[in-house]
Amino acid sequence: MRLTLREGVSRRLILAVLVLSVLMMALYAFGFHTFVDLWNRKHPNGQTETDSSNPLATYPAIASSLVLLGFYTINFLAGIMAIFAAVGSISGEVDNGVLHAIVPKPIRRWEIVVGKYLGFAVMLIAYIALMVTGVTLTSRWIGHYQPLHVVHATLLMMLVSLILLSLTILGSTFFSTLANGVIVFMLYGVAVTGGLVEQFGTLLNYETLIHVGIATSLILPSDTVWRYASYIMQPPIAISFQGPNPFGTTVPASPLAIQYAVGYAIVLLLLAVVRFRYRDL
Amino acid sequence: MASITTRNTLGTAAEAPPFPSEPAIEISGLRKVYGGKVAVEDLTLDVEAGEVFGFLGPNGAGKTTSVKMLMGLIRPTSGSARLLGKPLGNLGARSKIGFLPELFRFHEWLTGAELLDLHGRLYGMSGSERRRRIPEVLELIGLAAARDQQIRTYSKGMQQRIGLGQALINNPRLVFLDEPTSALDPLGRRDVRSIIVKLREQGITVFLNSHLLSEVESVCDRVAIINHGMVVATGRLEDLLQASLTVEMRLGACGPDLLESLGRVLAVHEVRASERTLVVAQASDEGEIAKAVDLIVAAGVPVYGVTPERRSLEDLFIKVIADETAGHADGTVR
Repeated sequence: MRLTLREGVSRRLILAVLVLSVLMMALYAFGFHTFVDLWNRKHPNGQTETDSSNPLATYPAIASSLVLLGFYTINFLAGIMAIFAAVGSISGEVDNGVLHAIVPKPIRRWEIVVGKYLGFAVMLIAYIALMVTGVTLTSRWIGHYQPLHVVHATLLMMLVSLILLSLTILGSTFFSTLANGVIVFMLYGVAVTGGLVEQFGTLLNYETLIHVGIATSLILPSDTVWRYASYIMQPPIAISFQGPNPFGTTVPASPLAIQYAVGYAIVLLLLAVVRFRYRDL
Repeated sequence: MASITTRNTLGTAAEAPPFPSEPAIEISGLRKVYGGKVAVEDLTLDVEAGEVFGFLGPNGAGKTTSVKMLMGLIRPTSGSARLLGKPLGNLGARSKIGFLPELFRFHEWLTGAELLDLHGRLYGMSGSERRRRIPEVLELIGLAAARDQQIRTYSKGMQQRIGLGQALINNPRLVFLDEPTSALDPLGRRDVRSIIVKLREQGITVFLNSHLLSEVESVCDRVAIINHGMVVATGRLEDLLQASLTVEMRLGACGPDLLESLGRVLAVHEVRASERTLVVAQASDEGEIAKAVDLIVAAGVPVYGVTPERRSLEDLFIKVIADETAGHADGTVR
């Protein structure tokens, strides 16, 4: 685990991510500031007014949507980072021979898998915590808006990253770096699309679409967890303002789905441990 | 040397090497099958403590697969092995074993000293042990000056030496080196050889997997030659090489009687007779040559020169592999 962390530092991965994240936060704060500025100019009575364009377009609804976009971006980036960082973590190091000198050491093979997992997990969790703090503070200081259940939502976003991390590391015990990358990204894409399909199914009351959505969320529950997070962090007014969309949801996932997701992350990690234990290097 | 099992043992296994302790490596019936393909047929072998043991074989004979099984990188299909008296995978034994893999790359963003520190930690060494041991190892492998350079800036020879360093960081009692010099130039090879000699002086058992025969010849006490995943010859290097000597004798004019009696002692290959006689013959040991010389002297024939030629390991290797392969073709070995 320490090694994975140090690799991140030494390869300037963490530095690059931090610089880009600061840049992103600056842009985000600027955007939020511009919105608040425009709203205040258009609505002399301030943030209690409703915009004339749409009865649902209240200040909290739009501010909440902005926060949602911020969180969505963090969630998306953390997911991508989880996949990229871990995509060759086992097979890549088998191919280039790094593990050949590590495995014969007096350590158990599961320690290698779990150590890598923890190393990546710490990086992802720190990243999400940092970025969520940035977005929340921007919203409070510039927009005077406090998103709901931030801590709960943040934990769920961390769960999303850990799910993807488990899946990617498991894949890496089977497939080459390239094949694993393609497979995990396809599943990731399918999960996002599946979530959207399920929303439309609910909206139109089409059973088949709902079943498709549920099926995809069983294959990879990352999107379900994110949509659950997006639902609890917003006031109902913002949710009805947005309608079905790629970023949030109008239908909350059941708490059972979250339990499934936690189990999913753990089971996949265990499968990775078992698979690596029996793999010939 | 109780349980050396070979299909066709060259040399004598009678004289036990002077190592009274238990074998460092005991391999019995180790076998690996990938899919339907047999990589290692049936490997049975003992290596005594303190030996430098050469593990030879042509490419594809199963050398690396065998070493990987011993190192826990590959699961044997069947058979078993004990290292330092412990079954494979025993962590206590592993902490006293060093391994330099054939294909390796280390975390190249680390410096040499950091890499040794990392591997020391993987071996479970304490901070003070590592601080004491790392400079020693850097000195031994000749990288003390490059300790704070990143490994990515190392030359191939330096990378090989730092690889050797990580295998030695734990003060191992048993070291496996898989083709340690195949990527090196002659100077680099000499350096590695001298490190192996130093290890032997410290009583460390070295298992050297190599196809470079001259290297094995210069450092190993005992060798095993494997082909098709089976040991086809094993023994002390001197015994294997002495198993057959070619001798060239330059003599005065010989009568047919003498040549006939010489033929009973030696396997005469060639006789060229003019004023003097040149006899090229094969002897199975030096005693036979002495006997032949006695006969010649007794017959009153002058001896101008007797030149025994020790067979090189290369000749032996080629012969053993050729015999074994021919046996395979006939179906007589299996």
